[in-house]
Amino acid sequence: MKYPYFPGCTLYTKAKKLDDAGRECSLKLGFELDELKDWTCCGATFPLVNDQHITMSGPTRILADTKDQGNDKLVTLCSVCFNVLKRTNNVMLNDEERRAKITDFIERDYHGEVEVLHYLQLLRDEIGFDVLKEKVVKPLEGLKVACYYGCLLLRPVKEIGLDTMEDPSIFEDFIRALGGEPIEFPYKVECCGAFQAVHSMDTATRCSRDILRSAKNSGADVVITTCPLCQFNLDDRQPEIQKSDPGFSSIPVVYFTQLLALALDLPAEELGFERNLIDPLPILKEKGVIA
Amino acid sequence: MGELIELTGLKDGEPVTCVAVFGDHADFESVPVDRRVMVIGGGITGITSAVDLGNAGYQVMLVDRLPSIGGRMLQLSETFPTLDCAQCTLTPRTVESGQHPNVLLKTSCEVEGLKGEPGDFTVSIRQKITYVDWNKCTGCGTCIQKCPSQSIALFERDAGRMTAIYTLSPQAVPNKPVIDAERCRYLTLGKCGVCAKSCPVEAIDYEQQESFFEVRVGAIIVSTGFDIYDWKNKMPEYGGGNIPDVIDGLTFERYLSASGPTAGAMIRPSDGKLVKDIVFIQCVGSRNPEFHKAYCSRVCCMYTAKHARLYKHGVHDGQVYIFYIDIRSTGKGYEQFIQQSVSEEEILYIRGRVAKLHRDGDKVMVQGADTLTGKKIEIAADMVVLAAAMVPNDGAKELADILGINYNDDGFFIEDNYKLASVETGQQGIYLAGCCQGIKDIADSAAQGSAASSKAMVLLSSVRRQKQEAV
Repeated sequence: MKYPYFPGCTLYTKAKKLDDAGRECSLKLGFELDELKDWTCCGATFPLVNDQHITMSGPTRILADTKDQGNDKLVTLCSVCFNVLKRTNNVMLNDEERRAKITDFIERDYHGEVEVLHYLQLLRDEIGFDVLKEKVVKPLEGLKVACYYGCLLLRPVKEIGLDTMEDPSIFEDFIRALGGEPIEFPYKVECCGAFQAVHSMDTATRCSRDILRSAKNSGADVVITTCPLCQFNLDDRQPEIQKSDPGFSSIPVVYFTQLLALALDLPAEELGFERNLIDPLPILKEKGVIA
Repeated sequence: MGELIELTGLKDGEPVTCVAVFGDHADFESVPVDRRVMVIGGGITGITSAVDLGNAGYQVMLVDRLPSIGGRMLQLSETFPTLDCAQCTLTPRTVESGQHPNVLLKTSCEVEGLKGEPGDFTVSIRQKITYVDWNKCTGCGTCIQKCPSQSIALFERDAGRMTAIYTLSPQAVPNKPVIDAERCRYLTLGKCGVCAKSCPVEAIDYEQQESFFEVRVGAIIVSTGFDIYDWKNKMPEYGGGNIPDVIDGLTFERYLSASGPTAGAMIRPSDGKLVKDIVFIQCVGSRNPEFHKAYCSRVCCMYTAKHARLYKHGVHDGQVYIFYIDIRSTGKGYEQFIQQSVSEEEILYIRGRVAKLHRDGDKVMVQGADTLTGKKIEIAADMVVLAAAMVPNDGAKELADILGINYNDDGFFIEDNYKLASVETGQQGIYLAGCCQGIKDIADSAAQGSAASSKAMVLLSSVRRQKQEAV
């Protein structure tokens, strides 16, 4: 089974480990991520004003390409790409006037025919978490995982519809299928502050600190995320947080595909853990997840 | 027995007669159908309607599905804007309706069907099982004292404890107990029977069956009241009911009540510690068209200010924070009440909404925003009180279907004309009053109760006149 796949720019560079593990795991799970031909950047932001159409031309072109290459689905791994593509597709599907403006401009014929899926959604709805559970070779027994959703995977909930926005459970269900122990922590859907990182680093650091501290206090061993922005922000802010708060103890932040790969017994050394600032290997070794 | 007296007079020069009832304890069935009215729902609204009609000489059957009348108002502590005791205001009226010669209380009853036409309806009523023969029961309360089964009290909104055989409150009218079959040890386990043994008049009847009866009335007044929005299931951002120190406003009324679970002491549910920092959040589930209810719940601004003041009267050094969108205080003396709260009681009003509540140690962390300064605010509170939206009582839609009246998307019954016929429905002879029609405070509810009773009288007197003219 092949699923058309849109990696996005970040997964080719900074978040390569998210991409690599995702592709490898799919093979183990009996499907293949078939990379879209000639894809471009999704634009990384969905316009928040109604008359800003130019930023939607990129994602619309990607969606039209997907359709023209004979597909009715498009899978993404990155929360940002997912958010932008999904919301753009909603506009193409439901807003005649804006669709006409954009498709006329890029000279393509597209009416929202493609269904945009996040990899997690694919696992839940197309593969099934019960099937995933059977395919797990090395359950993540005893590993306490803080499932951090961030915002783009869930919001705005009426457009994204992946799960509820205030108390989602897809990530926890996923970790349970892998044999791990999801822990509840109140900051799981709070913003990590990534969009403030350039404008006000302090704000971003404070947001990240609250999330990480809450996860740590709730007993988590690792934090997982689907989003390259969250991963970068939560991981790379930690030395900064430590400077202002000496009592802060660090916690590794990994991609969900990396834990999936470990549960499917892919070799840990190929999962790019060395690119994490806070090294997850010691805790993973301590918990017996890797030898 | 009441006395039926024929009154005669002149109309267009022709003599006409009508029938009136005088004297006490008239039998409901003894008067003509066009002198009988049914009131469904025995809160302050229904009681007002019933007493008005009774005083006008009509026979009234006041039906409530709960074992006693009084409704939501009986749960309140003190009422705005005068801060007088709700029970002290209400109890004389519940007692009056209980003892009124023309008012017949039918509690633990639900309306099942309706036939007939305006002026002569036949209503089928289901009498629920109470397991107590109220004809024998004297209301002595021995059974309640002896009952060994303790569980969460409905009247106290899950805050206090109650026995399996209970009256809703100590001031219950009628003051006769019922057994909660799901909690009764005899009915669930087959062992116990303490209440039956202790009852001096053998009123306990574990074998009691549901019964049905029909009654003919000329008009019907619907006053089924309100409930609180299901924030526990619909608002996970406020803890979804899993944080014990986060409660709704109606529950807080019980905490404020001298007759409530804490006897009025300002202690929090989780560990019984004195509450020093308390946060009130207004517009919880209301004024939120995207996810919850679009309407303004209308009384929350006032009752939150009242809550804050009553709290300050109990804990002088406590700090009160109120998150609000804006303050709506449109009644007589209401704005002065709010201004007084701000200036004299040192209550801190913060304009903004709360995004999230979560527990941190023994505190409830309140994450909100002050939209006047543009700053994010975090407060470590001992207790949080949510002014949750008021919604129509559950079962209101089913009742509307039985009665053939309409309701809007939110479940409020639709009146004939909002401005000029606010108590009439599309169905002649069926009237609305109180919160089932739309949210209102006690003063407005009582006024509408009186309005509905007078509209019923207008209809029934015209029915009588037509009958007489036909003869």
